Amino acid sequence: MDLTLNVNGRPEKFTAQPNELLVERLREGLGLTGTKVGCDTGQCGSCVVRLDGRSVKSCLVLTAAAAGSEVTTIEGVTTTGGELTGLQEALRQEHGTQCGFCTPGMVMSLGELVDSTADGDAPTEPEIREWLTGNLCRCTGYHSVVRGVQRACEASRAEVPAGSPASTAVGQEV
Amino acid sequence: MTTVTGETTETVEAADTAQTTEATGTAEAAPYGNGVLGQPLDSREDPQLLRGEATYVADINLPGTAHMAILGSPVAHAKILSIDTKAAEQLPGVLKVATAADFTDVMPLPCIWIPGGVESHFPPHPYGLPGARPVLTGDTVRHVGDPIAVVVAETPRQAAAALSAIEVAYEPLPVVTLADEALKEGAPQLHEAVPGNLNAYWTCGDKDRTDAAIAVAEVTVELDLVNQRTINSPIEPRGAVGDYNAATGEYTLYASTQGPHNHRFLLSALVLGIPFNKLRVVAPTVGGSFGTKGYLYPDMALVLLLSKALGRPVKWVDTRTGLMNSTVQGRDHRQHVVLAGTRDGRITAVRATSYANLGAYPSTIGPGVATALMGRSISGMYDIDAAFCEVYAAFTNTVSLGAQRGSGRAEAAFLMERLVDRYACEIGMDPAAVRRKNLVPKEKFPYDNGLGWTYDSGNYQLNFDRAMELSDYAGMPARKAEARARGKRLGVGIASYVAICGVGPSTRMSKEGMLGGTWESANIRVHPTGEVTVTVGSASTGQSHGTVFAQVAADELGIDPAQVQVYEGDTLKAPYGQGTYGSRSYSMAAPAVALTARKLKAKLVKAGAVFLGVPEDKVVYEGGKVYEDGNPENTKTFAELAMAMWYGWGLPPEIEPALDETTHFDPPDFNYPFGTHVAVVEIDELTGETEVVAYTAVDDAGNIGNPKVVLGQIEGSIMHGLGQALMEHAVYDENGLLVSSDLTRYALPRAFDAPFFTLDKTTTPSPHNPLGAKGAGEIATVPPAAAVVNAVVDALSDLGVRHIDMPVTPEKVWRRLRGEAQ
Ligand code: FES
Ligand code: FES
Repeated sequence: MDLTLNVNGRPEKFTAQPNELLVERLREGLGLTGTKVGCDTGQCGSCVVRLDGRSVKSCLVLTAAAAGSEVTTIEGVTTTGGELTGLQEALRQEHGTQCGFCTPGMVMSLGELVDSTADGDAPTEPEIREWLTGNLCRCTGYHSVVRGVQRACEASRAEVPAGSPASTAVGQEV
Repeated sequence: MTTVTGETTETVEAADTAQTTEATGTAEAAPYGNGVLGQPLDSREDPQLLRGEATYVADINLPGTAHMAILGSPVAHAKILSIDTKAAEQLPGVLKVATAADFTDVMPLPCIWIPGGVESHFPPHPYGLPGARPVLTGDTVRHVGDPIAVVVAETPRQAAAALSAIEVAYEPLPVVTLADEALKEGAPQLHEAVPGNLNAYWTCGDKDRTDAAIAVAEVTVELDLVNQRTINSPIEPRGAVGDYNAATGEYTLYASTQGPHNHRFLLSALVLGIPFNKLRVVAPTVGGSFGTKGYLYPDMALVLLLSKALGRPVKWVDTRTGLMNSTVQGRDHRQHVVLAGTRDGRITAVRATSYANLGAYPSTIGPGVATALMGRSISGMYDIDAAFCEVYAAFTNTVSLGAQRGSGRAEAAFLMERLVDRYACEIGMDPAAVRRKNLVPKEKFPYDNGLGWTYDSGNYQLNFDRAMELSDYAGMPARKAEARARGKRLGVGIASYVAICGVGPSTRMSKEGMLGGTWESANIRVHPTGEVTVTVGSASTGQSHGTVFAQVAADELGIDPAQVQVYEGDTLKAPYGQGTYGSRSYSMAAPAVALTARKLKAKLVKAGAVFLGVPEDKVVYEGGKVYEDGNPENTKTFAELAMAMWYGWGLPPEIEPALDETTHFDPPDFNYPFGTHVAVVEIDELTGETEVVAYTAVDDAGNIGNPKVVLGQIEGSIMHGLGQALMEHAVYDENGLLVSSDLTRYALPRAFDAPFFTLDKTTTPSPHNPLGAKGAGEIATVPPAAAVVNAVVDALSDLGVRHIDMPVTPEKVWRRLRGEAQ
């Protein structure tokens, strides 16, 4: 079937098989390999992207079901070699990534959390851990990631006056 | 979920001054030249990873790539009667279907670690090496997932779809999945060449002395332990891309590997029979490994062979379920262990009998992991007069055994630390007091543990006391009472360990049965512009090598680390080396970098004499420049020297132009990091759930290159160990089916499974390398399982519970709370 997806702000038109997964379209069809595949069962979170602003596991979404939506992948968050977003910078400072395989999924998933709390209360540590439940990491033990989110929230709250729209944590609105 | 403290980083740094111990060996203090070594520099790899820009093997798309899928056996043990591939060949997009019959001239994968000093039985290998599995199995399948056939097609989906059209007729054979069962009379036989499924009966220590000590002991305690099989589960599954160039006859393999050079050697010379210099192996960014990606797997050979056959690059990427059914698994010992001691807490002997499950085939180094790495470590931090360990390493119808983060040492620590607690309980003494009483005293280093290892250096008392203090061990009775008031049972468990790292001295390893050198090398090239390139034979699987090796070189040369670029992981570019395993990169490759930098400095002092016009003994190299002693005006900077050496003008014949040096580092002996961990758990009386509410770890990895990087590795390692204690278990049913074959059925720790840890370190440099470094990456995986199980048993001890098997699931605990037997 013929579809259109708006990926990282660009309309992409293509023909998809009915059983094609969004992650396949992104990685194989569009060459956006920043999104990773770590499992077959929707457990690991390496494939998280944002679909109409909400983080989803792209290995659990049929491309057809996403037709017409706005998709943001890790490639849509920063430009190649470009400056890091607040969240990425905070994760860097806390060394919240080691092998990096889980990282794009974490950044996409956590970006939503940081964004959603930028002008309200900062997430508590348990809330951050709860939010991370869908993302598996075998290297870091998660602690540096949690510290990174705390740091990012602090930074974004320091920079963004309360009530202003959109933190800069993931660099762009979807 | 509970937060204990977030002070990890601060505490680690604070320890730098407060808790540094003296080196006891002959370690020279590392000359921390410009002070960048030992600093928590940000990892330079991280930005790329955070932007999703790093290339993993699945991200490699060469023009014209075809895709491979592997048909694994659905049954655990059977004769293959026939394979019909015709239907599969007709399917759309299919380019080739291949079976064992297509690869009759390809050698089986070799096993290169054959337990030393014993008669070992292996399947035959045509080159006289111990044989492991063939690249495809043609006659008998021996575990679920045993590869039988491959399909190459235009797309991954077409390749996967075609697998189901291959028809295989099996004649089922009886199945055995446990090591002790496999050794019984009448058990199903896996390999004709291996009588009774016994790969090796291996021992270490002094049996007579140990038996005698046990016979006369005031107290003996015994335990039957199951160190359950676990699956490493790096988040990136394995993958491989083969690219044969018909014009040059050269092969390139891109693979998720921990040891590109080693894989190049094994594949070219021993499996494919192609010249060593026609195979290039490239490890792109590797998404975690924890031991699994250092092994040779059939897919690595298959993508190369099929690329040649089809004239196109061939790519294979595993699935999670595929990984669980084909990538080496860890642990898996069933043990009977005995400890003897006096009534007042002096341990006099320890003896272990272990049945190790090697799986269906000997993996590249699995037999050594199951024997020497485990057995020689069992006495841990204790000064014990008599110790003995025997291992029966057996083949069964399960996935092959290999390394798993902390491999061997974690199994050893578990058995010893469980025994110490059992003994303390028996004599009514505090478990901390028993440990304190038996620690190897500082004056006894180097210490021969009587099991084959000689510990290099240590101050175990300082380390132990720090862990007791930091965990507030003395305050535990009050915490127990407080928890009780909330309806929870609180338990505290201690585990100490010594981990052998820095593999290693090649000759020593050959005596352990390692067929290969285990040295490491580094090259440093100084470019005319003053920039520096470091290349090493090791290969990162997420350990920030690019950052840390740059720190080492910069520190030695007295230059800015930003001037230093590090390359590794490509056999075409990097000097030889064995790769990343056993927490060896910082204590093996980094010393090679440091020694190379020292060669360069020595050369620059010689050349400096020429350039400065003074005698050599008047030349000082310091802070990235040379100058005349007593006349610092007469100087040349590093950049000036680099350019001058590039031109080579005016150099006497004994000084070669250019700055390019290499070192092969083979240490005199291993190094032995150690530490003490304390777990505090709370058990919910109603549900049986165990929550780790506090975790304290004090580790000693000698001098540390980058504390930020090491902190991350320690945290990840502890979480990995907690996973084994609480939830991880590779479950096989009686038919040999791996029940826990995906992440819905194999539990990995998630972010809420542990609070922040309280971490500290002591620092006892190793005398066995010029940096005073000890292994760090995986050492903190060694004690957590023992610490947690000790804590759980402590919490349940008033119910008469003396042991509980891992993983400590709520169901198991709940049954014990109701008075049911294990
Ligand atoms: S690949 Fe989507 S959750 Fe694992
Ligand atoms: S950084 Fe390796 S899996 Fe998370």
